[in-house]
Amino acid sequence: MLSSKLRLFAIVCMVLGLIGLVFGFLSVPSTVEEASEILASHEEHHGSGEEASHEEANFVDEVRQEHGYSEHAMAQDKDLGHDAHEDGEHMEHVLHQMQTKPWSAAFVAAFFFMMIALGTLVFYAIQTAAQAGWSPVLFRVMEGITNYLLPGSVIVLLIVIFAGEHFYPWQNHELVAEDSILQEKSGYLNFPFWLIRGIIYVIGWNLYRHFARKNSLAMDDAEDLKPYKNLFKYSVYFLAFFIVTESTMAWDWFMSMTPHWYSTLFAWYIFASIIVSAVTVIAIVTVSLKAIGKLEFVNDSHLHDLAKFMFGFSVFWTYLWFGQFMLIWYANIPEEVTYFILRIQEYNPIFFGMIIINFVFPIVILMNSDFKRVSWFVVIAGVIILVGHYIDIFLLVMPSTVGPYWSFGITEFAALLFFLGLFILMVGMGLAKVSLRPKNNPFLVESEHFHY
Amino acid sequence: MASGNVLHVLYNDDDILMKAVKELRSKHYRIIEVYTPFPVHGLDKAMGLPHTRLAICSFIYGLIGLSVATLMMNFIMIEDWPRNIGGKPSFSYLQNMPAFVPIMFELTVFFAAHLMVITFYMRSRIWPFKKAENPDVRTTDDHFLIEVDAADHDLDTLSKFLYDTGASEISLIHNEEHA
Repeated sequence: MLSSKLRLFAIVCMVLGLIGLVFGFLSVPSTVEEASEILASHEEHHGSGEEASHEEANFVDEVRQEHGYSEHAMAQDKDLGHDAHEDGEHMEHVLHQMQTKPWSAAFVAAFFFMMIALGTLVFYAIQTAAQAGWSPVLFRVMEGITNYLLPGSVIVLLIVIFAGEHFYPWQNHELVAEDSILQEKSGYLNFPFWLIRGIIYVIGWNLYRHFARKNSLAMDDAEDLKPYKNLFKYSVYFLAFFIVTESTMAWDWFMSMTPHWYSTLFAWYIFASIIVSAVTVIAIVTVSLKAIGKLEFVNDSHLHDLAKFMFGFSVFWTYLWFGQFMLIWYANIPEEVTYFILRIQEYNPIFFGMIIINFVFPIVILMNSDFKRVSWFVVIAGVIILVGHYIDIFLLVMPSTVGPYWSFGITEFAALLFFLGLFILMVGMGLAKVSLRPKNNPFLVESEHFHY
Repeated sequence: MASGNVLHVLYNDDDILMKAVKELRSKHYRIIEVYTPFPVHGLDKAMGLPHTRLAICSFIYGLIGLSVATLMMNFIMIEDWPRNIGGKPSFSYLQNMPAFVPIMFELTVFFAAHLMVITFYMRSRIWPFKKAENPDVRTTDDHFLIEVDAADHDLDTLSKFLYDTGASEISLIHNEEHA
């Protein structure tokens, strides 16, 4: 399936990406002096206008102290904003954030591609558990995409484990010792339990992927419905497992980067990003395979349905994003609103640009029923949606870890290249192994005749 | 050319009806109208009806609703009686927009839905106290009826052909006005 040209492209991507990542990790400042130099060269661009109203900040700090924030946590929180007073402790935080940047860049790209494979697995499980009649012709495509899950999820897990305090302030014992809020949360947010949870997620997801693929292939030679029934059963169990682990994964790997801040909608919001990116990639891979003549049994009604899901989940994502944003914006509680103040002040163009890319574009492009059947149209819409959701993950991670010291430079691009290469390689291998036309699925005939 | 005579052909299954419509059209008989107790999926395409333009209306109505909501909220909350919304006294529509988005959304849906219903009624020529145009009351229950233009066709061959397509009942209607 994977032509030699595409394989070469993927390998070149990975090599270039790896070089860029190594460069990124080596070029971080290692001392406070170096960080100051970098900061000074940046300050020239910023100029004045950095004076935060101290009265307000003090009021917020007083309230926080009453609620048990440690002074250290408050200082760190302030450093996430652009409050440039150049004393030693502040510069240490700046140095820490600069050193975190390559970790964040790697994590954003690694998670972005992992969530595509994971979301595809969930979509596949939903289709089998719901006994959907339209989609079985696409099952091998979905299985091919989920081939990336094993390497992808292991790499993501390794990144969050080894990033440690770069990402997760609650892993810093000195900080927790002074902070009564983090002490209260330490029953959940402690390193051993957090590590065990991460391992459970990765093992659970990959076990389902393994058994689903096994039974799906067994169906080809089966004389009875046993593999089909097994697949159905595993899918139902997996969906129950996933709905819990996805929530805790979102808290563990993303929300705990800012351990004082929380949102009850957060896990769903991440899930919306996961599923819309996944459906988009399924559509793009389907169109590409059909273009080279490997999927002649897939018709434009299948594409139409995928495009409807892209449209629908884009609106769903917007709904959840806005549901979270509006309540926090409206209530304007200092504890909660810091999350958005940082993003609006330091990431303004991409923060609002993301809404246009992820909401306005899909709405306008995919609203017309006929356009959803035009393959190049769906691909263009899909690429826009994927860019938008990369930015979404970028905005989840970067502000919480590197604060204002972000950029999209060699390191970020290299990370994206590396994981894109790995993704193409693994998905290509997953698609190449077996016939793309499943056999003996009870809904296959209905799916082949699917017509809207 | 037209004799004004119309055949009312009844069927009692929607799949047979669909097949009959396709066969009639392939033999170039003219179908005046089809009456069904429920929407039959794909019947419009089988009958060769042009694509509906209601969706375009709906889009325009939605835009009208969005504009009405924007102008209304701007007048009420910003111009006429400036409000301090959520402790952020910016008095600007744009900066207060998160608070207005639910209203903008609701009015978009409200206008699109209600104006669409009214448009649909007008387009289908339905209004209160209107006498039903239905040729046979059984089509509101469990029968499907095709009105076929008898034109100059030989009635015997036509009715034999119709029975072959699975018709359960055929009646010839002499249309006085056109005769």
